[in-house]
Amino acid sequence: MIAEYSKLSAMDIIKGLRDKSFSAVEICESALSLAESKGRELNAFITLTHDKAFAQAREIDRKIHHNEDIGPLGGVPIALKDNICYTDCPTTCASHILDKFIPPYDSTCATRLISAGGIIIGKTNMDEFAMGSSNENSYYGPVINPIGNNLVPGGSSGGSASAVAAGIVPIAFGSETGGSVRQPAAFCGIYGLKPSYGGISRYGLAAFASSMDQIGSFARNIKDLSLAYRIVCGRDENDSTSVAFAHPDYPDLLESERKFQIGIPREFFLEGLDKEAGKQIDNAIKLFQKDGHTIKEISLPNSPLAIAIYYIIAVAEASSNLARYDGVKYGLRIKDDDLINMYDKTRNLGFGSEVKRRIILGTYVLSAGYYDAYYFKAQQVRELLKRDFETVFKDVDMVLTPTSPTAAFKIGERIDDPLAMYLSDIYTAPANLAGIPAVSIPCGAVSDGRPVGLQLMAKAFDELSLFQIASRFAKLGE
Amino acid sequence: MADSLTISGYEAVIGLEVHAQLSTESKIFCGCRVEFGAPPNSLTCPVCLGLPGALPALNKKTVEYALRMILAIDGTVRLRSVFARKNYFYPDLPKGYQISQFDLPIGEGGEIAIPIPGEKRKKVIRLRRIHLEEDAGKSLHPESGEKFTRVDFNRCGVPLIEIVTEPDICSPQEAYAYLIKLKQILQFLGICTADMEKGHLRCDANISIRPIGLSKMGAKTEIKNLNSFKAVEKALAFEIEHQVQVLQSGGIIKQCTMLWDDKHQVAEPMRSKEESHDYRYFPEPDLVNLVVTEEWLNQVKATLPELPEIRAARFVRQYNIPEYDANVLTESRELADYYEKVMQNFGDGKAASNWIMTQLLKVINEEKAELENYHISPVMIAELLNFVQSGKISGKIAKDVFEEMVATSKTAGEIISSRGLTQISDDSLIREVIAKVLAENENNLKKYLSGKKQIFGHFVGQIMKETGGKANPGLVNKILQEKLDELAR
Repeated sequence: MIAEYSKLSAMDIIKGLRDKSFSAVEICESALSLAESKGRELNAFITLTHDKAFAQAREIDRKIHHNEDIGPLGGVPIALKDNICYTDCPTTCASHILDKFIPPYDSTCATRLISAGGIIIGKTNMDEFAMGSSNENSYYGPVINPIGNNLVPGGSSGGSASAVAAGIVPIAFGSETGGSVRQPAAFCGIYGLKPSYGGISRYGLAAFASSMDQIGSFARNIKDLSLAYRIVCGRDENDSTSVAFAHPDYPDLLESERKFQIGIPREFFLEGLDKEAGKQIDNAIKLFQKDGHTIKEISLPNSPLAIAIYYIIAVAEASSNLARYDGVKYGLRIKDDDLINMYDKTRNLGFGSEVKRRIILGTYVLSAGYYDAYYFKAQQVRELLKRDFETVFKDVDMVLTPTSPTAAFKIGERIDDPLAMYLSDIYTAPANLAGIPAVSIPCGAVSDGRPVGLQLMAKAFDELSLFQIASRFAKLGE
Repeated sequence: MADSLTISGYEAVIGLEVHAQLSTESKIFCGCRVEFGAPPNSLTCPVCLGLPGALPALNKKTVEYALRMILAIDGTVRLRSVFARKNYFYPDLPKGYQISQFDLPIGEGGEIAIPIPGEKRKKVIRLRRIHLEEDAGKSLHPESGEKFTRVDFNRCGVPLIEIVTEPDICSPQEAYAYLIKLKQILQFLGICTADMEKGHLRCDANISIRPIGLSKMGAKTEIKNLNSFKAVEKALAFEIEHQVQVLQSGGIIKQCTMLWDDKHQVAEPMRSKEESHDYRYFPEPDLVNLVVTEEWLNQVKATLPELPEIRAARFVRQYNIPEYDANVLTESRELADYYEKVMQNFGDGKAASNWIMTQLLKVINEEKAELENYHISPVMIAELLNFVQSGKISGKIAKDVFEEMVATSKTAGEIISSRGLTQISDDSLIREVIAKVLAENENNLKKYLSGKKQIFGHFVGQIMKETGGKANPGLVNKILQEKLDELAR
């Protein structure tokens, strides 16, 4: 075990490997042994990928030995949420229905990580099919927040957040549909990025709600976060919705003297926001102001409707996306001589209750006679929300809000109240609906020590401004 | 059937929905090859198998093929169309939905004119829409003894266009004529091989009847599982008869879906459970809107293959053949192509069309062979016709040679030289034979010169006999006449 491994950033590891302070195999050993001890305690991983990881680490060491280029992520241990396909390793989406499913292909995300020299050490636990905000909806059991006190890590990418916060890996990837990276990042006290829609290829990401799904990343500092994004972003022919856009070397551009116009939407600071968390956000606003940035009160009038339309569009798409899990081709099958009975039994036993709830809701809102009232109307409101943001971004560079109305809650606290759980996404869902990038960055803590997350949203494909302001904020806090 | 309709006082209102498989090399949303008869599940990938995380990426060629069809039938191209998901559960539908087009299809309107038997004018069948979609896999149900249905996903993602008519068709015969015409257009455009046996074309029919003169439509039934053009015609006739009987006995037609049973020649209603689908269409979020630029459209326009009527008109002009011949020759693209390949190596359009329509097509029909890749190539036909035209062989001998070509695949040149069939067109040689024959038939010659002109034919027979049938008959006639005229002076 390398001393202080869990404190090493990706940049530290890359430097250490180049300086030959340690080898890639040693790094890989450290990550995997921590994953087996601490990771098991937290239930952060579903699968560890020892064999492939060590093979890749040995290859990195060989390259170092021969003075060959090891790539921009050479030797850095990485974890992938278990809904991102990685060849020959189980991809379960934390669902019973994907029992024994092993993808025969790599997601574009995995392909790009591997070709950049990254070492994927395991697949992380999550809410089943990314549906949940506490990581309690996993067939493989809940994930625990490493800050202690039996708190949830947030969801749905709880395993990835937990693994990064616990120092098992410096970088992990999760997925976002309505806050599933930002909210766990806030709950665990780390950095989380939800890129612009189309920023990272979705090819190989098991779909929840296609029009909002995005792969996102976690790190313990902004430089690693921006590096992770730089490696995997950009157009991919396999994903028609991915976009070709300018993506500079973000980690080299973090230091900036830019003074930003920051908008504070009044709709995000009304009832429901925890007082103590709100206070941390207020302090941050004052810090920004003191640093010379301009704070402007703004309005996103349609944002109060976001959570309602989010839970129509997301469940509608989910009901269709999850239809493929039918027991015919792969995964779980509960045998029956009658086809319809086989479907019923397999899907009934294979899906957890939250997933079933959403499939039923989604089927309902798309049904003949209801489509116009729900799905179609929700899409219209979504357009209005997008326009709200477009209008606002004529005036300001970014929008600042809390990431979540509260800090992390206890395991079991909200599991029986789906509506309260859905409201965890109230501040994050608008960015997914609008397709804009957003980060959650650590912003102090409430009095009992639970971390608070600050959210910053920018216009589509302006991730650079987010990285720069986050970098600046980290400096201000020091 | 049409007669019984008239007698019963009803008329039929028919609309057809045809699915045509596009003959692109690869599938509509992935790079898998499209091929008929490959081993089950050998032409699949994560995308067409609908594995978790796989995403569709549109094959532009399929759009081009759809555009050809829309342009050819004078439809309207929607410059921004939308793919939609049609959701239903079935084992051969791996994603649990089919990617299709719903309220915003790529093509709308257009028309196809069909011939009316015994009349010169044509009847126009209006089209409602043309849209792009992916095919599903194939369920192979147990033959006997086996308990399982097997699924072959090779066909998943094969590109289809669905072509929907307005209810303009009034009889089973018209439906048949429409399908023949549609097939011809698809083939001429080179976008579908249109082999119904291989499932390249599939047809569903909607049918209702109403008292003649009434404009309100009756309740309709939909007939599925129509596996040939003849089946469409028969099933429609069956269903019209059925509906007339129901109405005449005071019953009412219930809207339902029927399955045609070709073996027993009956249409049976489907179980209501099987047809109560709510497809929950919604726009496919994995694909961006399908945008057709004016530039792209113009490109497709500029390279649009020639349609049958236009090609027939050109044949009349270019090869100087009668309209009838041109129409026969453009019945299929293969035949038209064959004729033109013959004409690349031969100069007489009419002689070529005669030969193809009488000799070649007769053999093709007898052998039930396919013209494409037939062992007698257009070049071989051209060679044969050139021998006739240049006088090397007679038309009669050409038929013998052709027979041998069919039997042996040898070229005309090979057969003629090996059998020594070259026609004698050598003046001096023919003169020698004439001199010899006249010398040996002194009596007959005297009779001829004394006025018995009918003996001319006898001389010709003798000359042909002497030359083994190879003497050029035209030359024989000409020289013999000269010679006899000379002697008569």
